[in-house]
Amino acid sequence: MDAKPHIAIQNLTMAYGDIVIQRDLDFTIQCGDIFIIMGASGCGKSTLLRHLVGLKPPSRGDVEYAGESFWNADVQRREGMMRRFGVLFQSGALWSSMTLAENIGLPLTEYTHLTRHDIREIVALKLALVGLAGFEGYYPHEISGGMQKRAGLARAMALDPEILFFDEPSAGLDPISSRHLDDLILELRDSLGATIVMVTHELPSIFAVGTNSVFLDVETKTMLAVGAPRTLLEESPNPQIRTFLTRGETT
Amino acid sequence: MSNPRQNRIHFSYPNSDTLLLTLRGAWSLHDGLMTFTETEKAISVTPNIKKLTFDVQQITHWDSSLVTFVLRILSYCSSRHIDVDRTHLPDGVQRLVSLATSVPERQDARRKVIHEAWLARIGKKVVVTFEGGREMVAFIGEAAQAFLALLTGKARFRRSDFLLIIQECGAQALPIVSLISFLVGLILAFVGAVQLQQFGAQIYVANLVGLGMAREMGAMMTGIIMGGRTGASFAAQLGTMRVNQEIDAMTTLGLSPMEFLVLPRMLALSLMMPLLCLYADVLGILGGMVVGVTMLDLGFIEYCHQTQATLSLMDFFVGLVKSVVFGILVAIAGCLRGMQSGNSSAAVGIAATSAVVTSIVFIVVSDSILTVIYDVLGV
Ligand SMILES: Nc1ncnc2c1ncn2[C@@H]1O[C@H](COP(=O)(O)OP(=O)(O)O)[C@@H](O)[C@H]1O
Ligand SMILES: [Mg+2]
Repeated sequence: MDAKPHIAIQNLTMAYGDIVIQRDLDFTIQCGDIFIIMGASGCGKSTLLRHLVGLKPPSRGDVEYAGESFWNADVQRREGMMRRFGVLFQSGALWSSMTLAENIGLPLTEYTHLTRHDIREIVALKLALVGLAGFEGYYPHEISGGMQKRAGLARAMALDPEILFFDEPSAGLDPISSRHLDDLILELRDSLGATIVMVTHELPSIFAVGTNSVFLDVETKTMLAVGAPRTLLEESPNPQIRTFLTRGETT
Repeated sequence: MSNPRQNRIHFSYPNSDTLLLTLRGAWSLHDGLMTFTETEKAISVTPNIKKLTFDVQQITHWDSSLVTFVLRILSYCSSRHIDVDRTHLPDGVQRLVSLATSVPERQDARRKVIHEAWLARIGKKVVVTFEGGREMVAFIGEAAQAFLALLTGKARFRRSDFLLIIQECGAQALPIVSLISFLVGLILAFVGAVQLQQFGAQIYVANLVGLGMAREMGAMMTGIIMGGRTGASFAAQLGTMRVNQEIDAMTTLGLSPMEFLVLPRMLALSLMMPLLCLYADVLGILGGMVVGVTMLDLGFIEYCHQTQATLSLMDFFVGLVKSVVFGILVAIAGCLRGMQSGNSSAAVGIAATSAVVTSIVFIVVSDSILTVIYDVLGV
């Protein structure tokens, strides 16, 4: 894997109004990384993703994609960059008045010249990859929460994006599906060469797939460490990180 | 312009029973999927094909389009008992294919499309319509029960919610009610003036506007405004709560959505409607007065006096009773449609639309009934 920096978070400060959520975030995500964002609930992980995918401008700092400034680019350029992302939201965010096939087919209809028949095949492939083969005709409210999560994942990868952002993809999944998801994530990286940025609390999954990670702290409102999850577990002097990575079971 | 789809695939037969697919170039979703007809033809022209294999040395780039193509071949060949040798495919494609086929399709997942005869469809529509009527009656019954619970002091809802709704459907509706009722008064005066001026009886414009506003238009216009404004907002809010399972959460806590959500809305609207109606009456009369004084050369005092002489308190009372009824009906329409809403964003939109339509139908129908009753009673 060639280690080219893909996403550079530079001196990023995030705030809602006057309330600062995290300050001075500064780290780099390499091409082909499976980058894990960790931290306690409410520390700003989802907020960080919103800054990375272009939904919320930073109050200070910038994000660079392949060396190009994201937040200082003009709107058209930024939309062009956003087209290369696939995003899975924490709550799935499927369009409730469309079937799963329509949800996944919409980006394909809008951004490719595929025929209806071809789109149907791609949709079938994406659904099969997330273990939902045959559920094309279902509406989001007709399937379970975990299935909605997986359908959201299928939509995120509809266009074979370069960068995939996942917000707690395995929350609400059974252990088998969760394991299947880890395989899928590794496969997306290895086969399609995607860079993956993911928020997750699943320790097995963090250690199984994570190549690099950042730990956000809710007290000091900044990042405590960057590094591969296993390295952090073995070498980090910080008790908070060790507690997090061992679920507080050893000290 | 060369078509990038062409020349990406080449067929050859190294043995009599083997078909070799040589794939080349870039396989990208953005160039479209490979058509399958050529491959199908290549397989079917030689009936004794037993094995299919790939050569991918010259592929420069690939994505889902290649995986989809391979899956198509797999399903086509498996139905024909042809062995597909996947080992020469790129590693990533092999793994994605096995991932995609690892969770088999659930037997009951795919839905059958059922075609119904038109008679059956009509029948179903009728049943649904009756069902809708039954639901409405049941809803009104439950609302009445909740109201009874309120009277006996057993109803539970949050005071602060109630006050917020009062503000929302009372004070905040004043601007639009002012504008509409003032203009309606103005219009009534204009329409009357054209006729009455011919007899030199323009002073009777005051009677027309006064009676029209107090007995009918004040209540009717506020009813319709509140149907469009507040009825729709009730439906959208309750519909969204249903989509987010907020109503289910209330039910499991043993809190009746009827008492908690519907009752305060009905109360608030039926309290605010007569006040808004009275306000609309006054503004409508003011509108008429502007026309009377500026265009018909009536004196200000004269107009006031004529209005006062025509209108009795009973006329206002008649209008106010109507407005209370309209308030209750608009609240019922909004809450009913909201509680009935389906589970998607589109369903919430339909609920809001349907709430407005139902409100207007309710208002006009009940207005006719009330007018007949008043006539019989002689008020
Ligand atoms: N729209 C918002 N307005 C104000 N504060 C918000 C908003 N969204 C989230 N927050 C606050 O930002 C913090 C981080 O939220 P979030 O990024 O969702 O946390 P998590 O790390 O669990 O994903 C929380 O303290 C939350 O209260
Ligand atoms: Mg979150």
